[in-house]
Amino acid sequence: MTFLLTCKEFLQELTDYLDSTVDAELRVKLERHISECPNCFVILDTTQKTIKVYKGVEPQAIPNEVHVRLMKAVERKMAATKTAAGKPSV
Amino acid sequence: MPATTEAGVFDESGLLAKAREGDIAAFSELVNRYSRKIYRLAKHITQNDTDAEDVLQETFMKSFEHLGDFQGQSKFYTWIVRIAVNESLMKLRKRKSDRTVPLDEPLDTGEDTVVREIAVWEDNPEQQYSREEMAKILDEAVESLKPTFRTVFVLRDIEELSTEETAEALGISVPAVKSRLLRARLQLREKLTRFFRRKGDDVFAYL
Repeated sequence: MTFLLTCKEFLQELTDYLDSTVDAELRVKLERHISECPNCFVILDTTQKTIKVYKGVEPQAIPNEVHVRLMKAVERKMAATKTAAGKPSV
Repeated sequence: MPATTEAGVFDESGLLAKAREGDIAAFSELVNRYSRKIYRLAKHITQNDTDAEDVLQETFMKSFEHLGDFQGQSKFYTWIVRIAVNESLMKLRKRKSDRTVPLDEPLDTGEDTVVREIAVWEDNPEQQYSREEMAKILDEAVESLKPTFRTVFVLRDIEELSTEETAEALGISVPAVKSRLLRARLQLREKLTRFFRRKGDDVFAYL
């Protein structure tokens, strides 16, 4: 006999369920719960959509002046390291 | 070292080898490849443009400095994310000690998983807003999270690190990552429901 999960138990497993890291037995229980609990179904659906909208966002370009300062800083660092390592390394 | 047929990883090992020898062009290529993501990550965690720029510069300067220590067991990106996270958290701690930013490290009472708002969303919520509006809505929602939740969410669901990589980058346990991620996801879901709920609808639409 399988016992029914409470909504609280469902929520505790939600992240593992969404990341597909629950075992088969628990998956069945979770899916049974959402088939019978409209609230948890909505929570699952909207949480999935939350993850999806964030995953789809490409990082914006860095402001040009920030990029220029970054490259200058990196080149300075590399030049300084080269100078410091002027002697052959062991 | 495990062999890989993944072109990107192969290219990267060549770039890394050249960068280790001091090849500026090779290292610049690595910087260009990841700077946007590192800057976004730093901005999300520090929530401050100046701090984010400092973190960006420090991350690449430190990664160059310690390139010899990078063994190639993890991806280069994961390695620099770890540096960027450390630098970002140091900025947050510094501001905390300046007492200019209230940073709460809440006790884990489990109350953050309480769901208050249950409403059906539009099928494609991103289509209701322009790209700029969407970016603003999503950024503001993330910024409203507490730092402990925000950082985990940014690493797992925005930068798409694995649970284990996130745990390692933050120096916390895997269960702690999972627990914080759940809370972050549920809190964001609530905040976004205000924008994305289906108009004139309720939960019974699914019945």
